[in-house]
Amino acid sequence: MPQATLLQAIHDTLHEEMARDPRVLVMGEDVGREGGVFRVTEGLIDRFGPDRVIDTPLNEGGIVGMAIGMALNGLRPVVEIEFADFIYPAFDQIVSELAKLRYRSAGLFTAPVVVRAPSGGGIKGGAYHSQSPEAYFIHTAGLTVAMPSTPADAKGLLASAVRGPDPVLLFEPKALYRTVKGEVPEGEHLVPFGKGRIVRPGEDLTLVAWGAMVPVASMAADLAAAEGVRIEVIDPRTLWPLDIALIEESVNRTGRAVVLHEAPRTCGFGAEVSALIQERCFLRLKAPVGRVTGYDTPFPYALEKSYLPDPEKTACAVRAAMEF
Amino acid sequence: MNVNRQEALEYMRKMVLIRRFEERAEEAYGQGRIGGFLHLYIGEEAIAVGAMAAMKPDDDVVTHYRDHGYILARGVDPKVVMAELYGKTTGVSKGKGGSMHLAAVDRHIWGGYAIVAGHIPLAVGLALANQYRNLPRVVTCFFGDGATNNGTFYSALNMAAVWKLPLVAIVENNLYGMGTAVERASAVSDIFKKAASFEIPAVQTDGNDLLGVRDTVRTMVEMARAGEGPQLIEARTYRFRGHSMGDPQRYRGKDEVEAAKERDPIVLWRRSLLESRLATEDDFRKIAEEVEAEVETAVRFAESSPDPDPSELCANVLVPG
Repeated sequence: MPQATLLQAIHDTLHEEMARDPRVLVMGEDVGREGGVFRVTEGLIDRFGPDRVIDTPLNEGGIVGMAIGMALNGLRPVVEIEFADFIYPAFDQIVSELAKLRYRSAGLFTAPVVVRAPSGGGIKGGAYHSQSPEAYFIHTAGLTVAMPSTPADAKGLLASAVRGPDPVLLFEPKALYRTVKGEVPEGEHLVPFGKGRIVRPGEDLTLVAWGAMVPVASMAADLAAAEGVRIEVIDPRTLWPLDIALIEESVNRTGRAVVLHEAPRTCGFGAEVSALIQERCFLRLKAPVGRVTGYDTPFPYALEKSYLPDPEKTACAVRAAMEF
Repeated sequence: MNVNRQEALEYMRKMVLIRRFEERAEEAYGQGRIGGFLHLYIGEEAIAVGAMAAMKPDDDVVTHYRDHGYILARGVDPKVVMAELYGKTTGVSKGKGGSMHLAAVDRHIWGGYAIVAGHIPLAVGLALANQYRNLPRVVTCFFGDGATNNGTFYSALNMAAVWKLPLVAIVENNLYGMGTAVERASAVSDIFKKAASFEIPAVQTDGNDLLGVRDTVRTMVEMARAGEGPQLIEARTYRFRGHSMGDPQRYRGKDEVEAAKERDPIVLWRRSLLESRLATEDDFRKIAEEVEAEVETAVRFAESSPDPDPSELCANVLVPG
């Protein structure tokens, strides 16, 4: 299988999906001639032209709202929001219109819009180029929210999103764009929503992590292994709908769980995962479900390393669970 | 007048239908049979009826929440519209939408939207898709004067102008955004002037003059269809009822409302049909009787239709995976 970075996998998948289906359009700020702020859409305009790779005005709410109308009218728009932090001007369109159309029309119509947004820290972006806003959107019924951590999953989730019947938000961990390389299946490769993945098996503790925290979880698992603790790392891949069955089965085996994410702690998605584990695995739990998260602060600039979870902080939470 | 007798009577029938439909809905609301909120269109009927008469049946329509008039003017059966207001399974959205979110996709009515101005970008997207698919359809987007004070209005108009999209924005200026008079909330009281920022052709028209609305919309829709880009119409009108049911209307006096009723669009249309001898009192009586029966049937249909089963609560959030 060919190797690709996460960024290359997303680029190639957009290319494949556009070649496959003339209804697929890519739109956003500078996605055309400029190739996108991270160059994810580089070259698409040369192959597919400006009618299908649309440079839009700087207007996130308008872009998403327009994409909704396009999707209602038979197209398959894939919107790029330059940074997940810039998604808030489009928040109203996403939660008020996009998420609700299927429900309020009793299934008569929906808008299969894909919104891609690079999220997370690790590039010293400061307060407005680093956030992980997934929990806001998971809180809104009607949205599928996914976050890949490998090039193969990036391809599979994006292809499923483009072809699927409902709106999907794809948060792309920008810290991994060019730092993660992996095999990407050629040709058709679809990762179904709501199906997680066991990154590495283990018997002593279940560590649930997504996005850029998956490599951190693996490193923490290495640290724990040196102490004789065998960690099972689970990447849900789709945050909503969540593959709680996979997590439940794992925790029932290991009896311990830690959830790891870089978004702030309070009302972060880890709180929901923790609650679900305790509801479902209460009698099997040997320790409270731990959380390793970002802090309840705006995203910092100089203190980014202090803010972000890392393998050592994660190993501390693992130790606390093991020694409880 | 540029109208034949058959058209003239059909316009009258539709305006009377909307009027009586809403008066009966108002009653049902008072009896607690319709829940939540009810925003009546009474006084503004000439706009929906005139605009629909000017469009082709597959021209797309996106509307604000005061939306009973458009779907009825498009010819959707009043039974299924009333049933939606009642929240019944036989409604246009099986009771999952309600009064403010009426849609009929097979008639190219893409819905009423309750977030003010939030639907304008959707109309832009529908228009872009029509352009991309080489479909000769124009999108009309209806909203009130209040929406034009919202940034979404400007950003949407800008996009429509950048890409010269087949979109006609129809602003129903009924002089109040809920209870705030236009001149207290908008730096420009002549709303159509706002389109100048985008070099979008715009006109102001009398929204209570049915034929004037129809002909203005027809001109603008055909300009948009011909590739001349977005157009904007400000239709000046007046809402005879409160913003929604239960509005104490402290922002205006009864005398102002009574004076406005002298320009009731139905009265004006009736007068011009009599003067031009296109119709007689008998015609109006016949229309009134037919509409009365049609609305009565709609009310009975809604009342006798089943409520949604609680098992429907969690259906249609996402396609089951």
